[in-house]
Amino acid sequence: MKLSIKYAAAAVALASVAGTAQAGTLEDVKARGELNCVVSTGVAGFAAPDDKGAWSGFDVDFCRAVAAAVLGDGSKVSFVPTTGKTRFTVLNSGEGDILFRNTTETMSRDADLKLTFLPVNYYDGQGFMIPKALGVTSAKDLDGASICIQTGTTTELNLADYFRTNGISYEPVPVETNAEAQTNYLGGRCDVFTTDASGLASTRASFEAPAEHIILPEIISKEPLGGAVRHGDDQWADIGKWVVNALINAEELGITQANVDEMGKAAGDNPSVNRLLGTEGDFGSMIGLDAQWAMRAIQAVGNYGESFDRNIGPSTAIGLERGLNAQWKDGGILYAAPIR
Amino acid sequence: MSNGTAIGGAGSLPQRNALSRLWNNKEARSVIVQIIALILIIGLFASMVTNAIANLEAIGKGFSFKFLGQPANYDINQRLIEYNSQSSHFRAMQVGILNTLLVAISGVILATILGFILGVLRLSKNWLTNKIALVYIEYIRNVPVLLHILLVHGLMVHSLPKPKSAIPVGDGSFLTNRGFFMPKPLPEDLMWVVIGLFFAGLVFAFFFRRWAKKVQDATGKIYPVFWISLAAIVVVPVLAYFALGQPVNWDTPELKGFNFKGGMVIRPEFIALWLALSFYTAAFIGEIVRAGILAVSHGQTEASMALGVSRGRTLKLVVIPQALRVIVPPLSSQYLNITKNSSLALAIGYMDITATIGGISLNQTGREMECMIIVMGLYLIASLMISMFMNWYNKRIKLVER
Repeated sequence: MKLSIKYAAAAVALASVAGTAQAGTLEDVKARGELNCVVSTGVAGFAAPDDKGAWSGFDVDFCRAVAAAVLGDGSKVSFVPTTGKTRFTVLNSGEGDILFRNTTETMSRDADLKLTFLPVNYYDGQGFMIPKALGVTSAKDLDGASICIQTGTTTELNLADYFRTNGISYEPVPVETNAEAQTNYLGGRCDVFTTDASGLASTRASFEAPAEHIILPEIISKEPLGGAVRHGDDQWADIGKWVVNALINAEELGITQANVDEMGKAAGDNPSVNRLLGTEGDFGSMIGLDAQWAMRAIQAVGNYGESFDRNIGPSTAIGLERGLNAQWKDGGILYAAPIR
Repeated sequence: MSNGTAIGGAGSLPQRNALSRLWNNKEARSVIVQIIALILIIGLFASMVTNAIANLEAIGKGFSFKFLGQPANYDINQRLIEYNSQSSHFRAMQVGILNTLLVAISGVILATILGFILGVLRLSKNWLTNKIALVYIEYIRNVPVLLHILLVHGLMVHSLPKPKSAIPVGDGSFLTNRGFFMPKPLPEDLMWVVIGLFFAGLVFAFFFRRWAKKVQDATGKIYPVFWISLAAIVVVPVLAYFALGQPVNWDTPELKGFNFKGGMVIRPEFIALWLALSFYTAAFIGEIVRAGILAVSHGQTEASMALGVSRGRTLKLVVIPQALRVIVPPLSSQYLNITKNSSLALAIGYMDITATIGGISLNQTGREMECMIIVMGLYLIASLMISMFMNWYNKRIKLVER
């Protein structure tokens, strides 16, 4: 009997050790020399491995920026591919340090799933893709359609709400991954594929004949996509938050991958640039990093606009316009808090 | 040497002897080892559970089943009971349970039939039949069942036509890559008479069989039990059905817009899971059946024939009862396998327990521990029930020694 009590005591002690170990994510990452970044299993333009297994994309760039700021090298990232269902478990269990995975910020995820969301890095909304040949022009005409939907996403819930409030019926065809959705959609198991509009554009770009599919004009939800970290480590959340803000601010201030070295050499005329690049003030140490944290992040992936254009912008196969994601000065709603 | 130590030494010696005697006693030792092992196992589990709960609490997630009462907010395509996105997670779980049971029970039935056919074919003296069965069994059971499921699903989705060019099957049924659409019977009031007759036939057959056995035991007179039962269960209701003027309306599916509307549909996800699980498990059952039949020595058949018992009755009264004793125990574990493997439904989006409460509900509410406990509990209950039934059946058919 005594033995089992001892065991219980040991277990409690063990559990409390495991509990406190969660706090110092920055130390853990530094000690490991590598950032574990939770990404999707493959959404072209956002996060997808190439034929050599090297990851690239818009979300991937944010992982690299954080790694550059924290570890000094944007390539020191180990990517943890997850499905819509496994992503939060992977993050909360400590298998991943930070998440950049087309993830919508919602109240229940923030408060109930115990995540801390970083600033939105892509303002999105849920749309529908359908073969042109079916001649449908509005989502209201989708009565009776079979709809492929990734399970464990906010889109699944929006879809149910949208069809219920509009009084039309549909057959949900649940799928796990984007690739599975693609097979089912192209094979005709479902008439419609629904997910975030950016995801639709990305999926369509990988089709053999993208022009045969249209994205319906209705956007049925707000999907503010952003990175996330676990609750309970404010310093680590601050690092993620300010790396994202730094990339957005860099675009606003005209700091690019090409001129960042030049601008960061010595303090210039613009105090905002000076503060961001560490030539004025001591902002890095406030989040446990050195003064050049933001400079390294920009060196690694460029500013927000450069990453956008390189991965998902109009000149890429994905072909997304900046739209809502333009800087606030250019008519968008991208508005990062200042570094001061 | 002081007095005190002498006393102490004298006192501890018999005690050590008692301990070592206990240890050297085979029975006592085995009990001690078992107690220690049990304590270790309980301690391990206790540490795992407390660790998990402490970790959940550390990030502020309490342990609660309250979410079951909240609206699920997602839709489910195959539902055997009323359900919509406003129903609770608990209701979604019930839909999942029924879908699991549906595929498990249909799987058990089909796998048993196919398995017995395969087992008999493997024993065939015909070289070709024998080898075909052999190749089938060896191919099917050596490829993971998940691949079979994906293969059948892929075949159905990609090789069958879309609803617009559906293949008509018979009157009012259509085969498409969205599933098999068929008319749904809407019984009128008189139909309940027919259904009542069917159940009356079942009851009659049960008692008739008992009575016939009693008569045979007493007088040796043999009644054609099978044919009379068949007439009572099938022929009488069918005659009544026509005599009452076919009291059923059929709701036939019609192509409207994207899909067929009305009627009933068996979705490709169900068909893929059902067929793949059945074909896969049938290969194992085939080998079990073959082993069971081979276990009955040929002398038994010869003895029975020598007594003048017909070939059919020899099979029924001598070979099969003895073979069943060998077949039933391993058969139970195959039934359990079907039930558990049905969780692979996840791969093709069939909405079973794992996909509803253990999938979408888990993910939308973030209650991993609670949902997984429910899912494991449900599978455990299902498996234990199958085990209990099979044990009961096994007891019923086991050798009665006199």
